Parts: sequence; C-alpha cells; structure tokens
Amino acid sequence: MERNGDLKDSSFAIPVIPSESTLVALHLYLSLWGMKGAQIAVLIKKELLSEWRQRYAINGMILYLASTIFVCYMSFGLKAGAIEPLTWNALFWIIILFTAVNSVAKSFIQESKGRALYFYTIASPAEIIISKIIYNAVLLLILSLVGFGIYSLVMSRGGDHSSFDYTYFILALCLGSTGLAASLTMISSIASKAENSTSLMAILSFPVILPLILMVIKLSKNAMDGLERSASTDELVVLVAINAIIVAVSYLLFPYLWRS
Amino acid sequence: MRKNWWKILCVGLLIYVILAAFLMNAPRLNILNETIRNLHFHVTMWFGMVILLTTSMVQAIKYLRTGKIEHDDKSLEMANAGILFGILGIVTGAIWANYTWGEPWSGDPKQNAAAICLLIYFAYLVLRNSMKDDQQKARVSAVYNIFAFAAMIPLLFILPRLSPNSLHPGNGGNPGFNAYDLDSKLRVIFYPAVIGWTLLGVWLASLKVRQRQIQRALED
Repeated sequence: MERNGDLKDSSFAIPVIPSESTLVALHLYLSLWGMKGAQIAVLIKKELLSEWRQRYAINGMILYLASTIFVCYMSFGLKAGAIEPLTWNALFWIIILFTAVNSVAKSFIQESKGRALYFYTIASPAEIIISKIIYNAVLLLILSLVGFGIYSLVMSRGGDHSSFDYTYFILALCLGSTGLAASLTMISSIASKAENSTSLMAILSFPVILPLILMVIKLSKNAMDGLERSASTDELVVLVAINAIIVAVSYLLFPYLWRS
Repeated sequence: MRKNWWKILCVGLLIYVILAAFLMNAPRLNILNETIRNLHFHVTMWFGMVILLTTSMVQAIKYLRTGKIEHDDKSLEMANAGILFGILGIVTGAIWANYTWGEPWSGDPKQNAAAICLLIYFAYLVLRNSMKDDQQKARVSAVYNIFAFAAMIPLLFILPRLSPNSLHPGNGGNPGFNAYDLDSKLRVIFYPAVIGWTLLGVWLASLKVRQRQIQRALED
C-alpha cells in the first residue's frame, strides 16, 4: 500500500487528480505568495494519490458521517416529528466537527515515520503544511457537502423551508471546512509529537476551534432563516479573519515543530 | 534592594488597594450597591490574566528563537500564574453575579469565553505532561502556546462584543465603566489594583522559575 518514491513516479494519471489547468492556476496563485507552487502542487498530488490508494479511508469517513447522522436521526425519533431549526443546525455542525477531527487526525498521527522523514528531506516545512491544509480543506469540503446531502435528506426540520439561502449555507460550509482543516492540521501535527495523541487531539482542538464553530453556526443559521445577506457581513468578516490568523500562524510555527 | 523595588511597590499597592477597596466610599448604584467594590478584585484578575498570558506567549516566541530552556520555564510559570488568575476571576465573577444577576453562572458570553480560555490552558498543561523529553516538551508546548493565544484573541476580544445579549457592562447596550464612575473615585483604586495584582502574579511566577532552575541545577 505504501510506496516511497511516489513523487518521482510519472504515472499520475489517476482519475481523482485535478486537471492540469487547476494545478496551473494553483501554481500561479501560490507563486504570488513567493512560494514554490509546483512543490506544493506535487505534495497535494501525493496526498490525493495516497488517499486514492487507500480508498477505504475516505469511504470509511463517509460511512462514519452517514452512521453518525443515522444515530442522530434514530435517537431524536424523527419519524414522529421535526426538530427545531436551531437544534438542526447545531447538530449538523457538531457532526461535521467530529468527522473533521477524525479525518484530519490521520494527516500526521497516522503517517508512517519513514515516509514522513522522506518527504521532509525533499520539501520545505512551509510547503508541507500548506499542501496538507489545502488537501484537508478539500477533503473536509467534500465530506461536509456529502454530509449536508444525507443530513437534509433524513433529518426533517420545522420552520419555513422556502427561504433557505443555499448559496450562503454552502459558503458557510466552505469557510467552516477551511478553518477546521487549517486548525486541525496544525493541532494534529502538535498532538502527533506527544503520547496518547488521539485523545490529545480533541482536548487541544475543541477549545481552539470554538470561536470558529460559533461563527459558522451563526452564519449558517442566518442562511437557513433566509435573512438579508447584509445581516451576515459581521460573521463573514470574523470567519475570514479567524481563518487568516490560523493559516498564518500555522505557516509561521510549523517549521519549529518539524525540526523535532 | 535596587532589584527588589517592584516587590515593595507590589506589597504597598496591594495594601492600599485592599484597604481602599473595602473602606472608601463606593458610588451608590442600583442593583450593584456595595458589590461595586468587587471591581477591584474581579476585573483586575482579568487584566492580570491577559497580561500574564501575553508574557507567557512572548516567552514562548523567545524560546523558539533562541532555544534557551529558561525561556520555557518562564513561559510555563507565567501561564500557570495566568491560569490561577483566570480561576480567581471566574470565582470572584460568580460570587458577584450571584448577587447582581441572580445566579452564579448565567451563560453570559464573557463567562463562556473565560471558561473556554481556561480549557485551552488546561489543555496546554496536559500537552506538556504527555511528553518526556525536555527540549521536545518545550518546543511543542511553545508552538501550542502561540497557536492557542492567536486563537484566543477573537474569543476574548471580538466574540463577546459581537453578541447582543451580554450582561457585562459595555456590551449590548449596557453602559460601560464610565457611566458607573461619575466622579472617577473608582479609577483611583482600580488602576493601582491592576498594577498591584499583575506584579503579584509576576512575583509568583518568578519564584517558581527560580525553583525550577535550582531543581534543574541539582539534577545535573
């Protein structure tokens, strides 16, 4: 399953890899930041490739999501009646939070020592963390979109459905998964240095993530209620700011973790 | 003596603060009444906590830049003192809230933010204890310290201000400090109290740092 030398392999033609033009766009975007976009693109490719080789992992995450949603559905006894929109929304984000912690945890904790060492010798720490964050953000976005699909299918909710602002809800999903990916990637690299890292992961990340989750819950609740979009500007600005802080701090701090 | 002037200042200020806070005239205010005296103990704890935790973060940055273990000692002990102040802040706040808001914990955004802040720093201590190697412990916990501090800023300073239903003064249409303090009598005690309590925290931390250094010297 694991094979070193992935990066020199020329056989990258696997369906899940993004098309050449997306990679070029990514490259241009990142080189604007004065970084080696090509390196990052290669590292993202490597993540995608190893994910594709262990398809059971992503399928496992989707199944995890589906069964959690089903547990909620059954325990609320939703056949009888709908739940309040407030509960519906909060429950959705709690499910996403737990899925995110579980799926991002493996980005450092479950990586084999030898392979990690190999990547560390060929790429700089900043490139590694940025590529992992981008990869995890994409992964979480896919997971949360799938989750949203299943969740809205089975969980009936009360209140007015006609004013649901899907664009803003999906915007909330995007911002939420980026923020979760960035902070959880960093926390998982911290936790992987310690013993007992699985429980540490939750202890270290939950309080740090709370402001983000609160903002995202507010934003998606506004979208559910179909409020004026201008009413969500505060939340949007704070969310983008929190994401920017987290990404910037991870980018600055990861090199120190990497040295050990 | 020249090195210890701040300890004398600290003791002097705190004696003044305790005497003045309990004995001087308090402004007559509805609901608050005499409990306004808690201002010099409760609110100052938060000022002290934020200052101590900021120092802890600065020391963590210094450690990452230089790799000297004494910066890690300082960072840890400043965080410990900050946690102590945080706990005292929550307790004094709960006592105050019990008499003015009717219950010790009313789910106020600032109360919640304070509790989460403490959770973050407890996690910091757990993280430290789960590693054995001293240098690794210092490096990883310094990284978490800085990361957590950056994540805490929106929590403490932005979120409570955004939420409309805070019971604390200065939020959600409640009048701030200024409205309670018409003749500036409280300020005369409040600002010295902030300095005094913070100096006490630094003093505590510096004693613990020296204890750690002696222990390390004995082990070597």
